[in-house]
Amino acid sequence: MADFPEPINGGPPKWTTMLLAWLGHPDTLEEAAGDMLEIYQYRLKQFGKRKADRLYLVDTFRLLRPFARSKHEKKNSSGNPFRLVMLSNYFKIALRNLVKNKGYSAINIGGLAVGMAVALLIGLWVFDELSFNQNHAHYHKIAQVMQSQNFGGTIQTGDGLPRQLEQELRNKYGNHFKYMALAGGAGEHLLNSGDQKVMQNGRYMGPEISEMLSLKMLKGTRSGLADMNSVLLSESAAKAVFGDTDPMDKILKIDNKNAVKVTGVYADLPSNSSFSDLSFIAPWKLFERDLPDWLGWGNNWFNMYVQIADHAEMGQVSAAIAKAKLNSIDQEEAKYEPLIFLQPMSKWNLYSEFKNGVNTGGRISVVWLFGITGLFVLMLACINFMNLNTARSEKRAKEIGVRKAVGSAKTQLAIQFLGESLMVVTIAFVLSLLIVVVSLPAFNQLVDKKIVLPFAQPYFWLACITFILITGIVAGSYPALYLSSFKPIAALKGISLKPTGSRLAGSPRRMLVVLQFTVSVTLIIGTIIVYRQVQYAKNRPIGYSRQQLLSSPIKSDEIIKHYAAFRNDLLNTGVVEEVTATDSPITNTYVTNSGFDWNGKNPAMTDEFVTLRITHEFGKTVGWKIREGRDFSKEFATDSMGFVLNEAAVKYMGLKNPIGEMIQWGDNEKYKVIGVVKDLVTQSPYEPAKQTIFFLNYKRLNTVNIKIKPSSSASLAVTRIESVFKKYDPENLFQYTFADQEYARKFSDEERIARLTTVFAVLAVLISCLGLFGLASFVAEQRTKEIGIRKVLGASIAGLWVLLSREFLLLVLISCLIAGPLAWYFMNGWLEKYTYHTEISWWIFAVSVLGAVLVTLLTVSFQAIRAALLNPVRSLRSE
Amino acid sequence: MKRTFLGEFEELVLLTVAVLEEEAYGVSVTQELEKKTGRTVGFSTVHTTLQRLEEKGYLSSRMGGATAERGGRRKRFFIVTAFGRKALREVKQVREDLWNALSPTTLQLMGS
Repeated sequence: MADFPEPINGGPPKWTTMLLAWLGHPDTLEEAAGDMLEIYQYRLKQFGKRKADRLYLVDTFRLLRPFARSKHEKKNSSGNPFRLVMLSNYFKIALRNLVKNKGYSAINIGGLAVGMAVALLIGLWVFDELSFNQNHAHYHKIAQVMQSQNFGGTIQTGDGLPRQLEQELRNKYGNHFKYMALAGGAGEHLLNSGDQKVMQNGRYMGPEISEMLSLKMLKGTRSGLADMNSVLLSESAAKAVFGDTDPMDKILKIDNKNAVKVTGVYADLPSNSSFSDLSFIAPWKLFERDLPDWLGWGNNWFNMYVQIADHAEMGQVSAAIAKAKLNSIDQEEAKYEPLIFLQPMSKWNLYSEFKNGVNTGGRISVVWLFGITGLFVLMLACINFMNLNTARSEKRAKEIGVRKAVGSAKTQLAIQFLGESLMVVTIAFVLSLLIVVVSLPAFNQLVDKKIVLPFAQPYFWLACITFILITGIVAGSYPALYLSSFKPIAALKGISLKPTGSRLAGSPRRMLVVLQFTVSVTLIIGTIIVYRQVQYAKNRPIGYSRQQLLSSPIKSDEIIKHYAAFRNDLLNTGVVEEVTATDSPITNTYVTNSGFDWNGKNPAMTDEFVTLRITHEFGKTVGWKIREGRDFSKEFATDSMGFVLNEAAVKYMGLKNPIGEMIQWGDNEKYKVIGVVKDLVTQSPYEPAKQTIFFLNYKRLNTVNIKIKPSSSASLAVTRIESVFKKYDPENLFQYTFADQEYARKFSDEERIARLTTVFAVLAVLISCLGLFGLASFVAEQRTKEIGIRKVLGASIAGLWVLLSREFLLLVLISCLIAGPLAWYFMNGWLEKYTYHTEISWWIFAVSVLGAVLVTLLTVSFQAIRAALLNPVRSLRSE
Repeated sequence: MKRTFLGEFEELVLLTVAVLEEEAYGVSVTQELEKKTGRTVGFSTVHTTLQRLEEKGYLSSRMGGATAERGGRRKRFFIVTAFGRKALREVKQVREDLWNALSPTTLQLMGS
């Protein structure tokens, strides 16, 4: 032993000792650690430091029992927290607490219930959006054929296709597909059988559509469209036409032209299907028979649906058919570089927008927007719950102290408070279910859906329970952990619960308030901006007058043949100021043409114009504004070869002096520009006006536009106009729309978003204020004595009010600072989508901040002033 | 009769505890074993064995005798229980029976 020098530092490595203390077996820790130290000294003398250290280390590791639990502790522990007696005690205490603090409980449960109801409604809505079309058995295999074309540099994507494509796909790419169906003639059609006339939405489609959509046949078979003169009716259409009598094999007429036999009745397609309004399906062949022969590859008039072969993969098929059209057309058409692709059914609803040939999403952004908002509203409610619970908990400090003193473990208390929060959440959930049931019809109207609560589905209940558990645990976790960590002595003394220097007891609670108001203020700003945008687009000058402007589709050639007499009859009714006919409705000019040539045209340019065929009185009827030149006039016979352009067209063509310019269209038809009008907004109110050409035509007319005299009432005018229509077209039903209503409909999506965000913002503010109210009243109560003393010493009521409100106001102002940039970022992104959009100006933020401050002051002041008004004698005696 | 099973090391530790009488605890047992066998014995092994023997009921223990060297921690002293003594006797009996069964020539060959 003498060979080894005495060690200077006698101890073993400290960390190993600590490791042993941490992970050794708890029952033998003391003696083991002691023995180890003793042995270490012995080994030190025996072998020297290095070997002693090594042996010590080895022994330490061999003594680690990381999973060992003390056997003795069990005997002394406070028992199973789930024992019945304890459970009933927890329940009793929870209920007593709820009843004792009625105000807080109402705020707590009410706020949470509203938040949950919102989350539930939005959850149902999101589910409905995501499950769109999924009821079709071949959901993953169905696609719509789409086409992208290049118009002078911009790629436009649409679902219109030439009818020749079907044969081409069948011949050359047939092995990729299982079913294929062309479709056309979408819209309302007159069905009549005997005297019964009804308008029904329907389409002419290829016979394979019934297999593709896996129609549920109530009568007849899916092969019912094989014969040219047959029709499949939906259940509701069959009922509308034939009542309760058996519709099978009955004859009915479509649009007074085609007589068809009912060969089958299918169950109505569910409302969350793209084909939900398909009330009847007539055979494509019947439709094709009446199509003009000259329809070529350039007439993209039809739609096409396919189901790919069972083994095929959507992307591959889509890529394979890309050039199906390009390879079959001449050079003139090939200029547009048409590319064919498949849009899978799973993308129809949520990813329907294309920009420059690339899918840019669509409705999915709204789904995200609302989903996140819903989560936020729920989060606000949860934050309230946490905040109020922790604030109130100081009142329960004594209970916790006693429980701990009697032997409650920390986990046991945490479980108690978690359980309490779960109980409250369950009560709130039942309440929220009631709210949802009551408000579902209104909500359905708001979002234009037919959502029902799926009570019969087990997964719904599973989701509900998960929802309760998650909300309960999220909302209860912070209070549970916070409350259970009280020190028993401090809790019993009832002091030092509040961390020093903070009146709201702890920065987590302040952060929660800030978070809450950040969300609220962001929603307020967002709502204002959405409204501004809708208002901005609505106030946009549209270049014509849409008041008292009625339009009706022309369904009979008689009207076109006797147009002059028809117009005279209308004018003679005394209610009509002017009449004009056009080929497309003025609120939706969908006809485009190309192949125009003019002086100075870039030869490489592939031109495209919106064209509107009109009669002489168009300008007078809609009240357009002539910028240069003149309107069409009957005094000049040459006007039949005249064009009126809009300003956008002049700019598009790059004409300096447009009046008198000659424009060639087709082979040798030369038109003279006689006038330029101010842009008319005839398509999307958010997009700049398209280049448009107006020209006279008395043959290809589809719509009659009637300006009603301002002096006469609309209802009287409609009956008189109807009688004129009946004279020329006795067969068809008279249908009409008002231009201002049609125009207003273009805003329906944005207005829906605006209404929904309003609802969310109001709810968010309401929930946040409920929380603030509860918190303020709590703080006021806590400081009763302080306020009493201050009053005795001469504090004014105003001073006390400032004292109590200041801190909350500060928190709200901080939230505003965070919310401003946040809202700006998101809303700027939203506005970018619209070419014609409003600016985000500073006053929106100012108003929102002002509103938030005002609401805060109102909420807090009520409590602050009440506390300040309290008689100090009473408040000081309250010991 | 059901035989109690004692491993070889367990038997050694149990015997050592019996030898040390009132002074048997982790360290003294380790040192005694090292002295008797002449090789280094891992403390952790001894400790675990003592625990196991107590669990099986061969040993009982009490706490006491804290020293500064041990950082003020107490020792756990072990004594052999009646059951432990019985087990030792049984093991010894088995050995003796086997020794007695050896033929004198074999015994002679082993050098005793």
